Amino acid sequence: MSHEYVPEIATDREGNEYEVQGWQGDFYAGKLGFWLFMLTEVMMFGAMFLALAYYNTLHPQDFLDASASLNRVLGGTNTVILLISALTMGLGFLKMRTGDVKGAKLMIWATILLAIIFLVIKGFEWRAEYNHGIFLLHDQLLPESSLPFGQKLFFGLYFTMTGLHGVHIIIGIGLMLWLLQRINADKVTPEHHIFHLNIALYWDIVHLIWVFVFPYYYMIGAGGATGGH
Amino acid sequence: MSKTYFDETHCAIGHPKSTFMQWMLTVDHKRIGIMYAAVMFTFFFVAVFTALAMRIELFSPGGQIMDGDTFNQAFTLHGVIMIFLFIIPGIPAIFGNIVMPLMIGAKDVSFPRLNWATFWLYILGCIIALSSLFIGEGVADTGWTFYAPYSMNTDTNVIMALVAAFVLGFASILTGLNFLVTIHRLRAPGMTFFKMPLFVWGIYATAWIQLLATPVVGITLILAILEKYFGIGIFDPAKGGDPVLFQHLFWIYSHPAVYLMILPAFGIMSEIIPTFSRKEIFGYRTIALSSASIAGIGYLVWGHHLYTSGMSDTAKTVFSFLTFFVAIPTGVKFYDWIATMYQGKIVLSTPMIWALGTIITFAIGGITGITITMIGLDIHLQDTYYTVAHFHYAILGGVVFLMFAGMHYWFPLITGKLYNETQAKIAFYLQFVGFNLLWFPMFIAGYYGMPRRYFDYLPEFQIYHQISFFGAIIFITGLIYMFVVFYKGWTKGEASTPNPWNATTLEWHLPTSPPPLENHSKVPYVDFEPYEYKNGEPVVKFDYETMRRID
Repeated sequence: MSHEYVPEIATDREGNEYEVQGWQGDFYAGKLGFWLFMLTEVMMFGAMFLALAYYNTLHPQDFLDASASLNRVLGGTNTVILLISALTMGLGFLKMRTGDVKGAKLMIWATILLAIIFLVIKGFEWRAEYNHGIFLLHDQLLPESSLPFGQKLFFGLYFTMTGLHGVHIIIGIGLMLWLLQRINADKVTPEHHIFHLNIALYWDIVHLIWVFVFPYYYMIGAGGATGGH
Repeated sequence: MSKTYFDETHCAIGHPKSTFMQWMLTVDHKRIGIMYAAVMFTFFFVAVFTALAMRIELFSPGGQIMDGDTFNQAFTLHGVIMIFLFIIPGIPAIFGNIVMPLMIGAKDVSFPRLNWATFWLYILGCIIALSSLFIGEGVADTGWTFYAPYSMNTDTNVIMALVAAFVLGFASILTGLNFLVTIHRLRAPGMTFFKMPLFVWGIYATAWIQLLATPVVGITLILAILEKYFGIGIFDPAKGGDPVLFQHLFWIYSHPAVYLMILPAFGIMSEIIPTFSRKEIFGYRTIALSSASIAGIGYLVWGHHLYTSGMSDTAKTVFSFLTFFVAIPTGVKFYDWIATMYQGKIVLSTPMIWALGTIITFAIGGITGITITMIGLDIHLQDTYYTVAHFHYAILGGVVFLMFAGMHYWFPLITGKLYNETQAKIAFYLQFVGFNLLWFPMFIAGYYGMPRRYFDYLPEFQIYHQISFFGAIIFITGLIYMFVVFYKGWTKGEASTPNPWNATTLEWHLPTSPPPLENHSKVPYVDFEPYEYKNGEPVVKFDYETMRRID
């Protein structure tokens, strides 16, 4: 498939010539395609936010109580880490575009490191919740426990959405490692950087989703909070 | 003799010598479309014979060949295969792949390798769906809608069906994405959006639905899996969850999915009607824009599936009102098609009689749909045979009939051969008569209160079921005969010229029939409308070597 692509010419009746867009090496197609794909992510998380908002209106007080019990220090730290990782990702892409391949690689490694720190902190958070008896199929979240309905739903959705977000982080790490391998193999270069652009876009969506997840889960109950566990 | 796409291909990985591996690894949109067709029609026949088994069971009251639980599994299998494996991906995956790039003068879709990967993702989904037949407690018995809370409690393999539907949905998203980018990027120079053939408009509107609605059902299926196996509580009343929320999320996708099925089918109709009327299509822009507006309004009507599920009267009224609106752009299309035929030189070839037959059957399906849009009437008719009949008139009598019309229309293009017209027409009449005998009695039975999804019934309904049964036999005979005609055409038929129908769109301006590997010998410059006829003859003519206009 790797034959050299020569753009074709279409000729109209007057003999004017027009360059034909082929599918080979079409930068804007790659960009448009990935933007559209990110739209599906938005729809997917959007449906979960819809369910969340619905149950919030049914059980407003339970949601505030459950939210108050989340650990805002760890959650906030994670938000900052993710925002910094978005910065490193963006800087990496800018460096790639200006030709600084080495700097770009460094920035990708920094992003991977921050992503791993994010997951570790998330793991500590989930462990603390587990120790409080709050985890899927465990203690307080079983049908027979006396935890109010609203709190059960809050935590059920909390584990679902932070879990799916975590899966996206893991996929992101995998994609960044793949990107590094492609850069090393000279397949991604300052002239041909669509793959890098799309992974940077993916990472932006991942942090953007978190920017909505964080306030809806951690901050709505902050008013009545006494600090994290 | 020049080489066609059957002789050579580009492959996703390397270039294997064996013909079989070349097909497995091909990135050519035409070959991928043919492979989709082969797989989909295999499943189609599985689902058809499942339905026939249900008809035999219903031949007279009481148990005949299966018990109630098996019957539940049978209609679930029928629904899951027909909806998720056949009709949702159907027309876009087959004709969207084969014909759409040809129509816009492209060499392939924008992401040919993604197209190849999508096909195999589809196959993976099919394998998961079928594996539930042989593992554990057997096929799900929930119906294809997987309504909570029953789907959360049953021991049958609901998870297989859910995962399969998710994987197939993902394949559908990627197909839609590929087509959207293709239509935006790869149109031949000069072809603006309003110079695209109407089938491309249908595919375009469909692709937006695939892209925007499928993720919602994808996450709903994931939530259902998490509910069933991790107890997140979202659909479980024991934890405060709301089963009706599942219905809402499910239909937010699955109602637009109905338009996802019908829009490309309407596209096929809009190709066939002007071609065989030898006349420019009436109201090109209204047809194109009505596709877009059906896709848009289709998002706002899902609530009409929930009239009896527990919803406020205000919401019911709003959803009822919005549902009536869908009928408007659909009606616009119908009048445009009929106006196209007015004073045209109508040629009654097989594709045209399929299209004309569909105008009748889909009109019945559509208008009975309007009746059950009304809240009061729907409460009487919900979950009866009336709804079943309406659905099959709209989907089998609309989408599948138009798919068959498309198969007859593009058969010479794809295979380079002609089928026997007389025999193909006999197959049509058998199916048309059988179809109406099969489903029309159900309207009456449903009106008198025959509920759907029951394996047994009161004796007074027997007459309707028996007429249906004989209709089913005639229909299936016609169906099989149609495929025999296709098979005979492909193996022994006469060779076809590149443009046997005197059609005008670009897929008929190829140098050979079947087309060569990279389609048009050169990309044409498009400075003409898609359906230009003058005195019954196509206006635009090309020199197929240079692809310059010579008229």
